[in-house]
Amino acid sequence: MVYVALLCLRRRILNVFYDVVSSLYFHIGETEKKCFIEEIPDETMIIGNYRTQLYDKQREEYLPATQGLGMFVEVKDPDDKVILSRQYGSEGRFTFTSHTPGEHQICLHSNSSKFSLFAGGMLRVHLDIQVGEHANNYAEIAAKDKLTELQLRVRQLVEQVDQIQKEQNYQRYREERFRQTSESTNQRVLWWSIVQTLILVAIGIWQMRHLKSFFEAKKLV
Amino acid sequence: MSPVMNCHYTSNPLKESHPGERFKVRSGFYFEAWFSDIRMYGSFRVLLQVLSAQLLCVWVLGSELTFELPDNAKQCFYEDIIIGTKCTLEFQVVTGGHYDVDCRLEDPEGTTLYKEMKKQYDSFTFTAAKNGTYKFCFSNEFSTFTHKTVYFDFQVGDDPPLFPNENRVTALTQMESACVSIHEALKSVIDYQTHFRLREAQGRSRAEDLNTRVAFWSIGEAIILLVVSISQVVLLRSFFSDRKTTTTRVGS
Repeated sequence: MVYVALLCLRRRILNVFYDVVSSLYFHIGETEKKCFIEEIPDETMIIGNYRTQLYDKQREEYLPATQGLGMFVEVKDPDDKVILSRQYGSEGRFTFTSHTPGEHQICLHSNSSKFSLFAGGMLRVHLDIQVGEHANNYAEIAAKDKLTELQLRVRQLVEQVDQIQKEQNYQRYREERFRQTSESTNQRVLWWSIVQTLILVAIGIWQMRHLKSFFEAKKLV
Repeated sequence: MSPVMNCHYTSNPLKESHPGERFKVRSGFYFEAWFSDIRMYGSFRVLLQVLSAQLLCVWVLGSELTFELPDNAKQCFYEDIIIGTKCTLEFQVVTGGHYDVDCRLEDPEGTTLYKEMKKQYDSFTFTAAKNGTYKFCFSNEFSTFTHKTVYFDFQVGDDPPLFPNENRVTALTQMESACVSIHEALKSVIDYQTHFRLREAQGRSRAEDLNTRVAFWSIGEAIILLVVSISQVVLLRSFFSDRKTTTTRVGS
């Protein structure tokens, strides 16, 4: 009986902890835009959770921000194309899946236009970005597919190996780009040295011929 | 009797690693084995300890972020940590300038736990000695015009168990413990992959920089050559034109 009561208490405390403690946080100014870069392979899901708190001068502590204060989230893919551009409330969760491999940029800025809201202070933003396999909610998957613990563990391993494989593919693609850049540099250096030598020789010849004809015209030679 | 936390051997994957070197082992297996031992005592106090241990065990926070640090800027991150939690801060500069940044880690009372200037990458492990908000800052204030991209990985405690509402009082079967060790090994593979990706990004950004510099330099130098040679000829011509007038004036 006591044991059951303790378990219930534990579950409740855990839930409270998951709500209250929401990982890393940082301060953001009113018009400031904070951008984070995620270099990911294609077909990878990213889930971002954020929570904002505003400094309350009366109580001298950080309290959850008012409903009117939201965050504008903008996600750009490696080709600088906007794939997500939405405004969320003071607490939000955004999800997107990458379709091209590369550096995706996730930018956050507050939508506040009233100076009085911030009153010279900073907004505290708790942010958590989960990539790929970490974005899966295993409790949900277990409940949906009715998996035993062993099956769930194997499923997690499969997801992890999937992620490793995607990353390796992406690495191959990056290495190709790197190699192309290096070869292009090599070509450019080669061409530049040849062309410059030719220009030098041509200019030298032109200079001598021009000056000679000039002096002959001036009757000095 | 304080709850025994998991053994945590960490080697810096950024350094050259040999096949026999220890890699990160965060194993739920050891914790579960301990569990089955204390179950034998079966008392209220033990239950409370189990409860607190599980609470501590599932207190998990691990953040990995890559952000851009403009010149003359400082960016700070904060995290609330409970006493006794083992934490690791790892950072690497991905692009920008000389690929170095200042890093500083402070505990809730402001004591500096870690401070390094102009470091390219580093890993720092510590156990939280106090409850409260820990703060770590990256500073690019020594740089005048280069933006830096910094990657950091701040691991607090251990990963959450697969079943958040799990009630673990029996030891893991052999299959399950094999799964757990494969999971840990794969986590370390992913970690190494991340570091390799960052190194490759660094190398690639240097190569691309070099490429653009060579392009601009070659075009620029060709233009300068032409301009200088033409102006040389024009200047020389102008010398002789003036001297002719002066000689005629002197002569008369």
